[in-house]
Amino acid sequence: MRLARATLIWASLAAAVCVPIAAAAASPQLEWRGPVYIAAGFAGIVALGLVLVQPLLIGGYLPGLQAYRGRRAHHWIGGAIVVALVVHVAGLWITSPPDMVDALLFASPTLFSPFGVIAMWAIFAVALLASLRRRLGLRPRTWRNVHMLLAIVIVAGSVVHCLLIEGTMETVSKAALCVLVLAATIKIMIDLRVWRRRGESRREVIARQ
Amino acid sequence: MTTVLLNRRRLLAAGGSVLVTGVSGLLLPAHAEGLAPTVSMAGGANNYRKGAAIVERIGKGGFWMSGTVRRAGDGAPLSGQRIQIWAHTVEGQEHEPHSHGATLTDKDGKFRLEMPQIIPIFGQPHGHLAYDSGEFKTVFLRPVMRSAKETSLEAHFVLQPA
Repeated sequence: MRLARATLIWASLAAAVCVPIAAAAASPQLEWRGPVYIAAGFAGIVALGLVLVQPLLIGGYLPGLQAYRGRRAHHWIGGAIVVALVVHVAGLWITSPPDMVDALLFASPTLFSPFGVIAMWAIFAVALLASLRRRLGLRPRTWRNVHMLLAIVIVAGSVVHCLLIEGTMETVSKAALCVLVLAATIKIMIDLRVWRRRGESRREVIARQ
Repeated sequence: MTTVLLNRRRLLAAGGSVLVTGVSGLLLPAHAEGLAPTVSMAGGANNYRKGAAIVERIGKGGFWMSGTVRRAGDGAPLSGQRIQIWAHTVEGQEHEPHSHGATLTDKDGKFRLEMPQIIPIFGQPHGHLAYDSGEFKTVFLRPVMRSAKETSLEAHFVLQPA
């Protein structure tokens, strides 16, 4: 029963991430794109797929990757998201430098660009803080609050960015992936009592006094 | 009390109507001056290559870019104006020379150039047009297709003297 459940969870996750990638790989648009542009597009899809995995790992929802192992995997996948993002931005820059410059300067005519750029900076900020937080002496609760806030920016920014783009992604699988990313994020926010914990801990402090 | 209320109401109504007429008069000065010039669109000049040649057709065609060129103020059609057109199409990327071409407006200020099918690039199916010949101020347009399946696109220029 346990094995069946684990298999089902992993198979669903694999489908959620791989189906949109496979559907995009079948897009007729690819015929008219160069290899660099194609790589950049897929790096973006992979990054969104990995964003789905992140809350699942921290929530301990993935069998075999709970607690410490889940956190280790969360760190590694965080690094992978940064790499995918760099490939995404660099590839688009090579494909059309003026369009990428416009996006990065928030001067782009497309509405999805600022959402993507804001999510990008939030991802870089989380990665930087995660690697420096011990050296910076960041308190666990401060780190947690900052990470949660940036995670919301990342998820909201990425989902809006992705949904507004007319590209290689197939509409239904794209929407499904976006809904799953949102659902996983909302679920972990509820499970970890992100907003309640603060009040509770404040009450604890008061009780101790 | 009633009179005070009524007075206040009247005052509000009168003040409101003054505000509405005054503000709308300030916001819409173009009415008095006629047709306003077209403003360049964000990203319109991206991947522009100065001096694209006048061509019968860009590549193998199959897609129509059309529009008009008029003079700011009186809206008179401008004939013989050179409009440059480029886009990411089924035959090449935006920056590639063979994706660029130019055409002239007819006596009614209309232009029409056949080009390969435009496809979505950078998240939107769009074309680029430029008026950049010196007599009037330069304008770059970046119209977006309502659907990537459409086989034509329009863009309209209202030019002001340089």
